[in-house]
Amino acid sequence: MKKSINILFSLVIAAGLVSCNNGNDRKSSKGQGGLSTNAAERVYVAPGELDEYYAFMSGGFSGQLSVYGLPSGRMLKVLPVFSQNPENGYGYTEETKPMLNTSYGFVPWDDSHHPDISQTNGELDGRWIFINGNNTPRIARIGLQNFKTEEIIEIPNSAGNHSSSFITENTEYVVAGTRFSVPIPQKDMPINEYKGNFKGSLTFISVDQETGRMGIKFQLIMPGFNYDLSHPGRDKSHGWFFFTTYNTEEAHSLLEVNASQNDKDFIAAINWKKIEEYVNNGGGKMVPANYAHNVMDEHTHSATSTMLKEVLTVNPMDVPGAVYFLPTPKSPHGCDVDPTGEYIIGNGKLSADLTVHSFTKMLDAIENKKFDGEAYGIPILNFEDILAGVVKQPGLGPLHTEFDEHGNAYTTFFISSEVVKWKVGTWEVLDRQPVFYSVGHGMIPGGNSRKPFGKYFVALNKITKDRYLPTGPELTQSAQLFDITGDKMELLLDFPTIGEPHYAAAIPAEMIAKNSRKIYKLAENKHPYASFTNADAKVVREGKDVHIYMNMIRSHFNPDNIEGVKVGDKVYFHITNLEQDFDVPHGFAVIGANNAEMLIMPGATETLVWEPKEVGVWPFYCTDFCSALHQEMQGYVRVSPADSDIELSWSLGED
Amino acid sequence: MKKAGIIMIIGSLLLLGLFKFPLWNIMLGAPQYPDPLGMNIYIQGIEGNEEFDIQNIDGLNHYIGMKTIPKAEEMWEFDVFPKVIGFMVVLGVIIGVLGFIGKVSYKWFLGWFVLMSVLGALGMYDFNLWLIDYGTDLDPKAIMAYTHPDGTPMTYKPPLIGYQKMLNFDVDSWPATGAYMIFVGMLLTVVAFFVGKKESKQVA
Ligand SMILES: [Cu+2]
Repeated sequence: MKKSINILFSLVIAAGLVSCNNGNDRKSSKGQGGLSTNAAERVYVAPGELDEYYAFMSGGFSGQLSVYGLPSGRMLKVLPVFSQNPENGYGYTEETKPMLNTSYGFVPWDDSHHPDISQTNGELDGRWIFINGNNTPRIARIGLQNFKTEEIIEIPNSAGNHSSSFITENTEYVVAGTRFSVPIPQKDMPINEYKGNFKGSLTFISVDQETGRMGIKFQLIMPGFNYDLSHPGRDKSHGWFFFTTYNTEEAHSLLEVNASQNDKDFIAAINWKKIEEYVNNGGGKMVPANYAHNVMDEHTHSATSTMLKEVLTVNPMDVPGAVYFLPTPKSPHGCDVDPTGEYIIGNGKLSADLTVHSFTKMLDAIENKKFDGEAYGIPILNFEDILAGVVKQPGLGPLHTEFDEHGNAYTTFFISSEVVKWKVGTWEVLDRQPVFYSVGHGMIPGGNSRKPFGKYFVALNKITKDRYLPTGPELTQSAQLFDITGDKMELLLDFPTIGEPHYAAAIPAEMIAKNSRKIYKLAENKHPYASFTNADAKVVREGKDVHIYMNMIRSHFNPDNIEGVKVGDKVYFHITNLEQDFDVPHGFAVIGANNAEMLIMPGATETLVWEPKEVGVWPFYCTDFCSALHQEMQGYVRVSPADSDIELSWSLGED
Repeated sequence: MKKAGIIMIIGSLLLLGLFKFPLWNIMLGAPQYPDPLGMNIYIQGIEGNEEFDIQNIDGLNHYIGMKTIPKAEEMWEFDVFPKVIGFMVVLGVIIGVLGFIGKVSYKWFLGWFVLMSVLGALGMYDFNLWLIDYGTDLDPKAIMAYTHPDGTPMTYKPPLIGYQKMLNFDVDSWPATGAYMIFVGMLLTVVAFFVGKKESKQVA
């Protein structure tokens, strides 16, 4: 307890020191945002005009991925990923329920953190975006043609899937590291035997370049530290991956104190090319596992979930020269690599300085075996030998760094609530701007790639307080947009976000807008329960299951009246939207459904299950105002007693 | 009359463009259709400007009781027009060749032009009749039966040529590439006539 008070005390002191430096700036800049400039003009996207960038912001504890336009800060869509979404039926329809299957059964929620857009040669290519589920470890792939979650793979032997999902520069791998170390395999054991017995897994998931299909290539089983964040090498350091660690003390209780004792933790440098080669030559150990692999088929509009039963693990000791530890001060959080691939920035969150490692010096130290001991057999490099430079006293609580294309870095500071621009190479601080309040990640479009588009910087803030009209104790989340084209960063706009916006990724709109799908072609619909014409609309009983092959077009359901359903039946509404026109979805809702509505895109088929519990005549209707006769788009199901002998019948347009 | 014969042949061959390019184009834009729906009218049938435009135009038209846009096999015109055009091309080329070798007079060129003009006018007349039928012969059970302020039922004949506002739609009906090719082709046959006249005078 005494220690933690000391830490708090020193933080307060340090905060005081920093605010002495720029307290005046700070006060005067509260509520800034360009009344004196033309900031409003620069974020104004006139009616009918379109934004310049798509920004994909993590939905945090909503489990989803939100899509914003920049510079307007307008929300365009929330894409359901790890959480059920009653708004369109994701996770409720028969087709999408398998997407949320896991080894723990159906998990309807997660905490989504770090979106990353696919790359080719280290540059954004806009094929897919990946995001991690933190709580029940999973990685999702969202296709940027359909803006739809197409695949989710569970990560075995992981817990708190936080140092994820970051991709190598040709999207060879999506990488997922565990935050919590755990017994591998899981077993019943005393928690206080953590040290030496718990392990941390770093998972390399290969990506098929044509289909995007993911598969776990190998899991590296590392010492029992916490693996916080990670970043792939770029350009010259391509082939390496860097993970920040904390709790190298391997404490298992009151981590806020006990994991903050070491002067330095590590950045783990992983030569994944070397491990890939080892694995390709038959290396590694296949061990039993149980994890779900869920895939959405674009043509059947249906997901399947497959349980996979083994995973290839690699002990770093078995691949000499593949793993090294780079000592990095004080519980580094973000781990970022500059666009040239030379500099590895460790954002030591409890340090007053920013540590920058040199990739060239790292290789040299490895070559010359300049080691400073080892941990669990993994060589620790000498801090001074690999140090490229230190950004001195830039602020308090550095978390993350992004880059522009002019050799500048932008680091976020949680405690001192600011973003600091500094020069890569000279380590000189160029500018600092307050954020409101306590920024977590920052994001520049392409700012973690070889080719940043350094026009805007988005601060993804952790604390909202008084920035918007109050809405009771629970507030919106908050982001801020800066113009970074000048010498000084300039705050242009505040905008609210969903969930907690952890990381984000943005891409020039023209790279993906042109590929965005308008409709699904009926001719390509391979759903087994699709109905395309009046002739194949029908109702079929299979025991207690009643399958309704229904279709819909402005402005009716076919069939619209159904009789012969009985109490105790399980009724499947398989509905095909026959529209082939842009932006004409139809919805479907039926009274008393214990799940949700479903929204059916033109050309798609979706299925909602309804279990009628009472005798009566029960209505259903279209929920999406589709046409002038939307309100006429309705129908009835007659539900008879369980022992009734009324035969199934259905009709449309009969008097 | 070599030059005139060649011009006559080129002029009549230009009509072949009708087998590849649309004769007419009708576009329907509305607030809800910033990308307008459109149909291209070929001599062999009607096609959507985009893949699903015909289906979507039909879907909208059913509200006001219009018939669906006819398939090629539902109108005799789409069977006869290609044959007529084919015949006129062959005829024009034969006349051109005969003119080239001096077997027929340049007056035949004008004869072809007059025949083609008559056929073209008949075609336009027929097309307009179809537009009238399509726009006025409405299903009495139509979902939406609009009336003019004077109480007469509203009809929806698209303009034969030009622009017209119809309910929420801006309708543009204009000749398309094929029509321009006929126009140029027919013009060339007239040129062939005058060139032929000049050439035969020189000979005389
Ligand atoms: Cu509807």
